[in-house]
Amino acid sequence: MSDARARERARLITALLGPDGPELTCEECFEQLDRYVDLALAKAEPDRAVPGMREHLVGCPACRDDFDSLLEFVGGGGVPPASS
Amino acid sequence: MRRPAVDTVRPVASEPAPRVAPASPAGTLDAESRRWLEALSGTGHARDEAIGRLHELLLRAARFEVSRRRLGLPYLRGGDHDDLAQQSADDALVAVLAKLADFRGESRFTTWVYKFALYEAAVKLRRRAWQDRELPLEPDSWPDIASRALSPEEHAAESELLGALRDAINDALSAHQREVLVAITLNDVPIDVLAERLNTTRGALYKTLHDARRKLRARLAAGGLDLTSNDAGHPR
Repeated sequence: MSDARARERARLITALLGPDGPELTCEECFEQLDRYVDLALAKAEPDRAVPGMREHLVGCPACRDDFDSLLEFVGGGGVPPASS
Repeated sequence: MRRPAVDTVRPVASEPAPRVAPASPAGTLDAESRRWLEALSGTGHARDEAIGRLHELLLRAARFEVSRRRLGLPYLRGGDHDDLAQQSADDALVAVLAKLADFRGESRFTTWVYKFALYEAAVKLRRRAWQDRELPLEPDSWPDIASRALSPEEHAAESELLGALRDAINDALSAHQREVLVAITLNDVPIDVLAERLNTTRGALYKTLHDARRKLRARLAAGGLDLTSNDAGHPR
């Protein structure tokens, strides 16, 4: 199987089946997101501090999107793209 | 403000919720966070000035989010971008001031407030992207999905799992579970957009999605299919 097809297959199955194991709810994810991001940027074991977050980010595309955005913004020093 | 649902029901009652590590002890705020809290909790001109600076931070974050998603919203004009950013910053400011007492110093204060602005902008942009569009709620495109995941040669060997999944979606799920699963996972409808259309909450829909996934896993496991070899994805 090509890499691209293998990734697509994994993405499809993961999307349908979700993460295996307990996960946070969307509300809990929002409450913990800033802490998780700061710990991730500090490489300070965010998954130990916030168990269930990683699984939720695998299962919930919208929360994953929010995580990516906060990580990118804070990790980039809060500097908007030059085009904005 | 439309934040993630405030449902108190956990996705699966039979599973213990992950235990979140305890909050930082009181008095461990970093100096910058303490200054923000003192200024915003004060009165008079000093508080007004702090609120003005806070709004600037929130607007910067909201503009970042609008820029980040600009390619997905080609019909938005420059003025629309800034209007959305301003609305998002305004809504985030209201939310932050209302939740100020909830800030426990577990992150930097600025990271905490950015979260609200980015969230407000993201929700508004997701809804704008889907406004006036009919939501695809049926798995009509299943054959296409199977085809893009597998080459013809791979079909015979790999179709067992995808076929079992399709059967489980059709047979094991309620109509509502199937609708939610298909919309969010196969047709990429944002969960907050779907929640708005179905007049429910993001949290309630995610519980429905979670329950549907559990049913699918149980059905596949009962059929003897091995699910452990699938990549579960990775947040980073």
